[in-house]
Amino acid sequence: MNENGISIEAKSLTKVYHRGSEQIPAVNDVSLRINRGDFISIIGPSGSGKTTLVNLLGCLDNPTSGELSLAGRPIFSGAKRLSERDLTKIRRETFGYIFQNFYLIPTLTVMENVMLPLTFYRKSGLEDEGMKLLKLLGMDHRKDHLPGQVSGGEMQRVAIARAMVNRPEILLADEPTGNLDTKRSAEIVQVLQELNRTARLTIIMVTHNQELARHAARIFEMRDGRISEIPNHKQVAK
Amino acid sequence: MITKFQVAYKNLLRKRVRSLLTLVGIALSAWVLVSLLGFNHGYEASLNRDIDNMGFELMLMAKGCPYEAATLMLKGGTGLRYINESFMGDVAKEPEVEKTFPMLMSAVFDPNKGESGGISGYFGVEPKSFAELKPSLKFRQGGWFTDVNAYEAVMGYEAAELEQREVGDKILMPEKNVEFKVVGILNRTGTQDDGTIFVPLKTLQKMFGRPNELTTIGIKLKKGIDSVRFEEKLYKLPDVQVVSLTQVKDTIMGLISTAKVMVLSIAIIAILIAMVGVINTILMSVHERFQEIGILKTIGAMPWDIFKLIWIETLILCAIGGVLGVGLALLLSKATEVLIRYVMPYAPSGGLVLIDLKLVLFTMAVILCIGLVSGLYPAWKAGRIRPLEAIRSNIG
Repeated sequence: MNENGISIEAKSLTKVYHRGSEQIPAVNDVSLRINRGDFISIIGPSGSGKTTLVNLLGCLDNPTSGELSLAGRPIFSGAKRLSERDLTKIRRETFGYIFQNFYLIPTLTVMENVMLPLTFYRKSGLEDEGMKLLKLLGMDHRKDHLPGQVSGGEMQRVAIARAMVNRPEILLADEPTGNLDTKRSAEIVQVLQELNRTARLTIIMVTHNQELARHAARIFEMRDGRISEIPNHKQVAK
Repeated sequence: MITKFQVAYKNLLRKRVRSLLTLVGIALSAWVLVSLLGFNHGYEASLNRDIDNMGFELMLMAKGCPYEAATLMLKGGTGLRYINESFMGDVAKEPEVEKTFPMLMSAVFDPNKGESGGISGYFGVEPKSFAELKPSLKFRQGGWFTDVNAYEAVMGYEAAELEQREVGDKILMPEKNVEFKVVGILNRTGTQDDGTIFVPLKTLQKMFGRPNELTTIGIKLKKGIDSVRFEEKLYKLPDVQVVSLTQVKDTIMGLISTAKVMVLSIAIIAILIAMVGVINTILMSVHERFQEIGILKTIGAMPWDIFKLIWIETLILCAIGGVLGVGLALLLSKATEVLIRYVMPYAPSGGLVLIDLKLVLFTMAVILCIGLVSGLYPAWKAGRIRPLEAIRSNIG
């Protein structure tokens, strides 16, 4: 992390999709700065560009133009495009990802799913990290169960543990509660808040649910590919 | 920690029936391959042993089709024509010859053999020279004939078992209606001698009205003598045909090679089908796990990691299939032998399918190479999956 504590900095980030001759700017000239330890929510209607923005911030995709730097390190600038291999390297060193559909491997146990990222890339001293995380998330008693044997909320906890096992600097959660009921959704957001507070983890959460978005310290709204920060939570309620 | 091997292995258990069917395909092709190579190896070894056990390098017989005569002789049948005993003396005088062996083969129809009768062969030999020719022959009971003109018989192991005879029993020669006293029973040799009934040469000549006539003269050459050159020398003798056992072996192997090519073609087709099966299984698995593979890349897997994961799956399938196929071949080698003996015009005695460690390792290496090749395309395709496309897709 750099001295001034900036985790992610985007300048004029733009992503244009082409459908025939038509150009669709999914993310249009987005600039934002996210500090280390921030918990931010991105809200907005469907098709507003939330997920595309998170994919760009999470190095899952190359932008059409604009700049992105992580902890002061330039990632995208100008027309330079990174290969899938380079993007993977950045991703595994920096990010943890949580998705709406959990994407757990059905043939692996809860513990094996959590430990799976370490099969491909392992920061040193993380041998016991899986068990620690499962305990933290209250899932240690389910470690030998298969994903099909646990509830949706529990699956998302497992997915969170998997995202955290390599101690990422930034956690990206794309609709993490989209498949959960209200009670389970609140539990998951509480878990994220706890991780943000205790580990000073930067969290970027995309959600439709404005109630859940209010748990974040900062809230951004996307509309037609453009972003704006909502100064306080009351405005979200409106 | 979970290893890539564990991830790959557990994934194969996801679609058990599909994995099992692919395994069966690989196992069958491995079975065909190892059995065929075992047959190649075993047939030649047994033929060599049969020919070596004959104890001589050349056969002298009356003019006719030499190969037919030689084949009949190898099968314990009767020769087509007869030559005079006097040839034996002439040949024995040659400086290259170490020893000569007179042989007379005769056959009679035995109505009690099989369901509708069959041919029983009798082999007339001089006990002294024949014992020298085949020092490896050992008696289970008794010994050689007491007199050159005696009505006595020495039975091969299987012939005695089949006829249920022991030393001291009588054996009736059908057609001629003459009884022989069994004076010796040989140990098992694994050659055609096991099924042969030996009688004194003189007695057989007298019974069949062929005094001083032989079907074959076996010639053993001195060490270091060029058999081809001596063969040419023998061609100068009138009305005789020389058959070199090396020639016989080459001819039989030549005939067998046609069958080998056909079976090899079937084996190659079986392997190709198994390969297509493996490629199809792994490709389907990759397609079904499109999203999952994308997620693996999101959580840190490099393209090469995914490539290895898919490759390991292919190798696991091929290794297990290969082991099953080799096991099947070992278990069913006797049955394969029975089948080969049934379809082959001539099969030597002893094991026809010889599967040794070298062959097993070679087959496993071939099957694993097939696995490596079959896994290349699906693994490459999986390695190229982009996480973003996978997450967006509805597959998997």
